[in-house]
Amino acid sequence: MPDMIKKAEEIFFRILMIISTVAIAAALLLILFSILYKGLPSLSWEMISQTPKGGFYFGKEGGILNAIIGSLYLSICSTILALIIGLPVAMYMNVFLIRHKKSLNLIRFFLDILWGIPSIVYGAFGFVIMIYFGLKTSLLAGIITVTLFIIPIMVRSMDEVIKTVPSGLLESALSLGSTKTEISYKVFLRQCIPGIVTAILLSFGRAIGDAASVLFTTGYTDSIPESLSDPAATLPLAIFFQLGSPIEEVRQRAFASAAILTFIILLISIVARLLSTKFNRNKIKF
Amino acid sequence: MSGLYRKWIDRINEAWMFVFLLLIIILPFILAAGLYLKSYLIISENHLSDLLFTDIWKPAENKFGFAPFIISSVWVSLSTLVLAVPVCLLSSIYITQYARSSVLKLMQPVIDILAGIPSVIYGVWGVLMIVPFSVKAAEWFGIHTTGYNIFSGALVLLVMIIPFILNILIEIFRIIPEELSEASLSLGATKWETIKFVLLRKALPGIVSAFGLGLSRAFGETIAVLMVVGNVIKIPHNIFDAGYPLPALIANNYGEMLSIPKYDSALMFAALILLAVILVFNFASRVLIMRLERYA
Repeated sequence: MPDMIKKAEEIFFRILMIISTVAIAAALLLILFSILYKGLPSLSWEMISQTPKGGFYFGKEGGILNAIIGSLYLSICSTILALIIGLPVAMYMNVFLIRHKKSLNLIRFFLDILWGIPSIVYGAFGFVIMIYFGLKTSLLAGIITVTLFIIPIMVRSMDEVIKTVPSGLLESALSLGSTKTEISYKVFLRQCIPGIVTAILLSFGRAIGDAASVLFTTGYTDSIPESLSDPAATLPLAIFFQLGSPIEEVRQRAFASAAILTFIILLISIVARLLSTKFNRNKIKF
Repeated sequence: MSGLYRKWIDRINEAWMFVFLLLIIILPFILAAGLYLKSYLIISENHLSDLLFTDIWKPAENKFGFAPFIISSVWVSLSTLVLAVPVCLLSSIYITQYARSSVLKLMQPVIDILAGIPSVIYGVWGVLMIVPFSVKAAEWFGIHTTGYNIFSGALVLLVMIIPFILNILIEIFRIIPEELSEASLSLGATKWETIKFVLLRKALPGIVSAFGLGLSRAFGETIAVLMVVGNVIKIPHNIFDAGYPLPALIANNYGEMLSIPKYDSALMFAALILLAVILVFNFASRVLIMRLERYA
């Protein structure tokens, strides 16, 4: 008899487990479906090829090209900056510090904690820097803030990949007389390209999708930014502001803009998967 | 000649790498220092306990009571946690213990994409589906709401933090040595008993820290919550009341903060509170995880 109860309990929990797993997958489908269902009907070529015209915010003609370009500028620049800072750090950790396990753990610990700081705090900090240096809301201030925000993500996810390189590779390259710099950029980089590309794309996705960090720093404008000191519109903020409008046409456009952003994010995720299989050919197998 | 050249390149590069590393290490300190300096004005003129525990928020009259925002934040993140614990635990146990490996292959992209969706998209989804659902759910309890309330905020946050927690949990269940489970199974325990008494007990520190990290993620999430939570400055009394969490306060008022004296200082103080709470949670959780990794 107790066996029956045991069995029943296990079956009961197994059913609950399957339900929660299916529910998680269903949530994703639900999100994608509802955004695309609401957004696609109001999506038009005009939306993505024009900047807002007069009366755009009352439902008249125009598009969100300003926000698309602004977001691309912002996230491409900050991804490149974060790469310039992040790749050397990730390499330094795994090539130069590989024997110092304690400091390595400490650094990882720090990076994990930095990763956990929410973007609104980075945004507020960006604002403090702006006040301090007398900057106005501008593309530059936004790029600095977003760079700070994505560096921990970039370094930590690169580190996770570089960490898996067997130490034999480091040792044999050293014994052949390579300097550690050469090992970093000629051996390890090539070995880890797929993972590094994924890390870059992941950071890029974070940069393009985050709203809270650019709210204070990048501002919002109807024109396409022409220099680093111009304010710039960004896609997440475009969605956010348009959705707050009482006018139905403008809200429709918010859904369309959300569909565009979702599409970009999905594209990034698919490209990351494809690239990582493609670049795998250069890898030395052990 | 070329040897010397290579050596110098190596030296310069090492210095370069080291400087960047230092930069990253001191970043959290700079963050905290910057926010503290900016909020010093308001901390020095008001008692800390007045700021944190009074509930009158009238920036124009120089009254800054953060209690409504702090309590809203606690409500939203705790209700998210209560919802997240069963779902994440059950699902991660299923994926790691019961399911075939093809399920993980299927779920990994799902988790990755969920984690990659920007928070503003979650917000739009919340407005589209969760808010109407929240109105209906409140009706079952005989409460009328606009749907923009803490319950909606918690549901949206739930979906946002699930991929994050799930990733950590899957990782944790993986580092628990398999021999432990095998020993238990060989003694005649059923699979479920083994999970209940061996796996869960062994992984407990990791599970706690996974949810600690999830909680701090929920605490700091801004735009998605802001879009569905109602933003009414008042201490919420039940889950169907509108709330006004700290990040929403910061994000909503950036426009006018320079026009009222000390307002910007107050908002930076809000950011400082957020940072402090999240650092504490992150610190504790990461320490627990590190211990578990060393032990296992």
